[in-house]
Amino acid sequence: MTALLPPDFADLEPYADWALPTEGARYAKRLDSTMDELQAFYDAAFPRLEAATTYLEQFGMDNLPDDGKRLLWLFGGLVTASFPVEVWRQPRVPDSGASAVEAVVEPAV
Amino acid sequence: MAHFTKPAEGSWTEHYGIDTGPVSYADSISPDHYELERDAIFRRTWLNVGRVEQLPRNGSFFTRELDAARTSVIVVRDMSGEVRAFHNICRHRGNKLVWNDYPREEVSGTTRQFTCKYHGWRYGLDGDLNFVQQEGEFFDLDRADFGLVPVRCEIWEGFVFVNLDDEDRTPLGEYMGELGAGLAGYPFHRMTQVHKYRAEIGANWKLFIDAFAEFYHAPILHAKQAVSDESRKLQGVGFEALAYDIDGPHSMVSSWGGMSPPKDLNMVKPIERTLRSGLFGPWDGPDIGELPPGLNPARHPAWGIDSFVFFPNFMLLVWKPNWYLTYHYWPTSYNTHIFEGTLYFAPPANAFERLQQELAVVTFKEYALQDANTLEATQTMLESQAVTEFPLNDQEVLLRHLHRTARRYVGEYQEKHQSTTPVRISAAS
Repeated sequence: MTALLPPDFADLEPYADWALPTEGARYAKRLDSTMDELQAFYDAAFPRLEAATTYLEQFGMDNLPDDGKRLLWLFGGLVTASFPVEVWRQPRVPDSGASAVEAVVEPAV
Repeated sequence: MAHFTKPAEGSWTEHYGIDTGPVSYADSISPDHYELERDAIFRRTWLNVGRVEQLPRNGSFFTRELDAARTSVIVVRDMSGEVRAFHNICRHRGNKLVWNDYPREEVSGTTRQFTCKYHGWRYGLDGDLNFVQQEGEFFDLDRADFGLVPVRCEIWEGFVFVNLDDEDRTPLGEYMGELGAGLAGYPFHRMTQVHKYRAEIGANWKLFIDAFAEFYHAPILHAKQAVSDESRKLQGVGFEALAYDIDGPHSMVSSWGGMSPPKDLNMVKPIERTLRSGLFGPWDGPDIGELPPGLNPARHPAWGIDSFVFFPNFMLLVWKPNWYLTYHYWPTSYNTHIFEGTLYFAPPANAFERLQQELAVVTFKEYALQDANTLEATQTMLESQAVTEFPLNDQEVLLRHLHRTARRYVGEYQEKHQSTTPVRISAAS
């Protein structure tokens, strides 16, 4: 099976399903995950954030290779997952009820 | 004892000559009052509908649903490059001219002309009626009499505004007043990296603006978003603005915040520490040169953000790390509205900066989710009228100003049109 992420990040391949191209998709996945799943993803990806920074800093948005894009999206997923793990202790924002704040415009990558 | 200097009168509220007594929110729970606001406010003021970057070439257009004003407008850059606006209605039998699939949804694109889907009438981008199907079947039809109905349209600092009041002659620049003038020259046009969010809020439009026009709530409602020790410290200190300003119908609040980098790295969450970003934006913003004089009016070294409320429903927030947001509140009824939060950054220099911006964007959204539901809760209980008077503190001065301005517009409109069914609003101040 072809790797989806850059080779240096092969350890994160089990979490490649977080490499979703839009904030809305990443947020939907967060709502669809248990705290255990969010914690497991956070525990695997957070320690790799510094390495990801070094990797991502070398590319402009116009020359980011496809596996680099997926890495960017996966860490976008970490950003989204960080709120339940670091703050809320639940997937939804507390007291947010049925409210929805939805992205209608975002950059292409 | 206030931490930051208050005006000589002892409070911002008294400085601006605003009564300090409890306020009424009758203007936010009344269907009749909202009907008056639709004409008195939304058909009589400059409304921001977009930015020029949304019209990158001749023929670019977008539509805006202005439910509160009972219309939809087309905004287009015509073939000579001029930005124009029209009511989105065909002159034949009143069909909506520009829409796709769902008539109530906004659309955008590029076109050489507007063609009505119903009977094929065609209009140029300058509004002229160019083609009528089976023109000979009509009786003395002069196409020159049936062009699109224009809407006043002007641009301020790249922001496109429309005004539905054909009798009024106030230019946009004049309407934006001193607070607008103080922002002239800010490089809004450089911040082309856009993220836009939309929410349906179960509250009167003014009550949601209230939530953004004061930060008194921030250490409490948003307490959990900070690391515990930092959160407790913030609650102990509370919130005070560096400054407030009011000019005509508009107002602003200037606040400290978001020292980047923070003095103590342990006071921010792990993700913020590692990505060097957060609610206040990426810690290292682009260099944009000198700021216009309207920003950081107190000239305070701890300055972090200025929030401008441009009446009726357009907020502009400028953050110290050189990015900005806009908020729009589009009423759909007396107790519902559509909230739009749009974030504007300079294009990321590399893919890591894109991730830093993502954290700022997602953080904004988390905060907005907390605010959104709170306001629905507030609206339901205000409508009970179990309580009808509400004390506001000095940090809530802009709320007094917004509601009294909205009531003033309605009052002036009622006087002018001598409404036979006056709506009695028990107004304090």
